[in-house]
Amino acid sequence: MTTPLPRRLTARTQLALAAERLASGASRRLGRGSGEMIGGKIALRISPGALAEVGSNRPTACVSATNGKTTTTRLLARALGTLGPVKSNGGGANMAPGVMTALARPPYDSPAALEVDEIWLPKVARAIVPRVVLLLNISRDQLDRSNETRRIAAIWRELGAELRDTVVVANVDDPLVAWAAMTWSRQVWVSAGQNWTADAMVCPQCARLLHRNASGWWCECGLARPEPIVSVAGLGELMWFGRRIPARIDLPGRVNLANAAMAAAAAREFGVEVEDALAAMRGIGDVQGRYQEVPLGHDGHQARLLLAKNPAGWVEMMELLNLAPPRPVVIDFNSQTADGRDPSWIWDVPFERLSGRQVLVTGGRKEDMSVRLAYAEVPHSVHDDAEAAAAAANEKVVDVVANYTAFRDLLVRTTR
Amino acid sequence: MIRPSATRIALIYPELLGTYGDGGNAIVLAQRLRWRGLRAEIVEVPAGEVVPADCDIYLLGGGEDEPQVLAADGMRRNRSLLRAVSGGAAVLAVCAGYQVIGATFPAGNGQIHDGVNLIDVETRRSFEPPDAPPPPRAVGDIVVEPSPQLGLPTLYGYENHGGRTRPLPGFRGIPLGTVRVGVGDGTPARTDGVVDGKVIGTYLHGPVLAQNPALADLLLTWVHGPLAPLDGPREVGILRDARAHALAEG
Ligand SMILES: [Zn+2]
Repeated sequence: MTTPLPRRLTARTQLALAAERLASGASRRLGRGSGEMIGGKIALRISPGALAEVGSNRPTACVSATNGKTTTTRLLARALGTLGPVKSNGGGANMAPGVMTALARPPYDSPAALEVDEIWLPKVARAIVPRVVLLLNISRDQLDRSNETRRIAAIWRELGAELRDTVVVANVDDPLVAWAAMTWSRQVWVSAGQNWTADAMVCPQCARLLHRNASGWWCECGLARPEPIVSVAGLGELMWFGRRIPARIDLPGRVNLANAAMAAAAAREFGVEVEDALAAMRGIGDVQGRYQEVPLGHDGHQARLLLAKNPAGWVEMMELLNLAPPRPVVIDFNSQTADGRDPSWIWDVPFERLSGRQVLVTGGRKEDMSVRLAYAEVPHSVHDDAEAAAAAANEKVVDVVANYTAFRDLLVRTTR
Repeated sequence: MIRPSATRIALIYPELLGTYGDGGNAIVLAQRLRWRGLRAEIVEVPAGEVVPADCDIYLLGGGEDEPQVLAADGMRRNRSLLRAVSGGAAVLAVCAGYQVIGATFPAGNGQIHDGVNLIDVETRRSFEPPDAPPPPRAVGDIVVEPSPQLGLPTLYGYENHGGRTRPLPGFRGIPLGTVRVGVGDGTPARTDGVVDGKVIGTYLHGPVLAQNPALADLLLTWVHGPLAPLDGPREVGILRDARAHALAEG
């Protein structure tokens, strides 16, 4: 029995999909990345409407944020997987070509959990008209791109006013996100927390300074934190539509439980019970290599791989590092184009919190990190690469915190 | 023994003018005093509060368009920064902060907004004729040879701004330096920044004092008098060598 197509694909799109298959296969065979980008790019060039054709006749959810997109998408894909096969761009290719590739193969009516870049969200969502959009957080990232945080919130807000049948699952603790979500036809408000407030001090609506206290934030213009229907109640518990439920997943830290809460709230819109959603999320121990322990170097060192690519991510990572007894930490720091060329943001990270553990530094901008640590009075050593750093560690298991390209390269080297 | 009072370093409106890591300048100044056995106090001035007039060094950093307007309006409401400067305080203003302490700067909506008027410079999106397209945003590494009378070594940093800044008639200061790599003020003279009395404006992020400790020490001597030499931290020398190497090849 063949899967019935909800709608016949146009000849042009069928051609585009065939080209996608060829290009992705060739790219994988040549070992050039996972082939997620190139195939989708070619398909969209041949048939610009292909994304709408393969995406709009299925139940989909799009996940967007500065931090936590990949993890939340993975958790959501697991939750939706309780209903049947799910499409997802789990590899993190989150612009239109990556989404295209994720949706390029039949069946064309199965649900999809899609990670979408913040700037690309309007274009992708207009094409595929998702059932649910998850908006997690907005913070400074890649300073050299001058992607002003308010501008991202504004384009999300415009998008919400257009998509009249889409539900938004939004984090009330981020004022930019809450403001962006207010135009949508229906909101599921989740308190997912915000441990980095420096990019949300000014009201996105009127540019006055926001007021804050323990229970929320508000502005004189009337903008205020919406009342959440789901919130993280502690490590291992959620407030869920008026009841307190146990919630444990295997990914570490409060930030990942918040990601799980967002994903479960989205899955509910697809008819998945929260207990089933959380059960399905358990067993995810790593996401694209994050949180995974791998051998590093040749002398028996094990490394837990952690990603922190902006100040908000680093603050989350500090919290996570401090959940366990202090291990040596290797900081692998680059400033390539995909990282943002300007490394100044490390001065916004409270590295003083690393004192008391062995710190080892490497990466393309190790000298900048070393100066930052010197001024934080954190003793550290500097090494040519992460393997050399691990070899110099005085324990067998180390944490490695890397930013985007450093993490990517490390993953290739350690899991090949 | 008389204990000298702590040098007070004011970080003005970090939530508005702290988007590009420039808060690190406060850390650098305070540590360079402490490592010399001197006391330092960082005074964070939250937006909405009056800028105290009794600090020794005032720091302003980079920020986005709307926060920049908010910062300018906040500082114009009370004149304490101008009072402090006429009383001998020093100022380091970076990027949006540099624009704000001038006479005028462009707001996000394209309108010209009043600055604090601490230095006689003006900022625009462009100084080209109105029919010419505005220059592209200046983003990237920047290297500046300081004006010789400052006695400083090469300045390294990172710039990220859409504005162009030039002195007004009657400006009495000097350029911070001449741009070797990058854009800086974006004027035909290829300068970056100004030094006017004890006020420094510049487009250099990095943070600028982290990469250029001699500039930090210049500010400190302005308010503190001569300081014992500080050898290090040695990591800074390594960083400066790495930047010189990378930018010479780049
Ligand atoms: Zn407001």
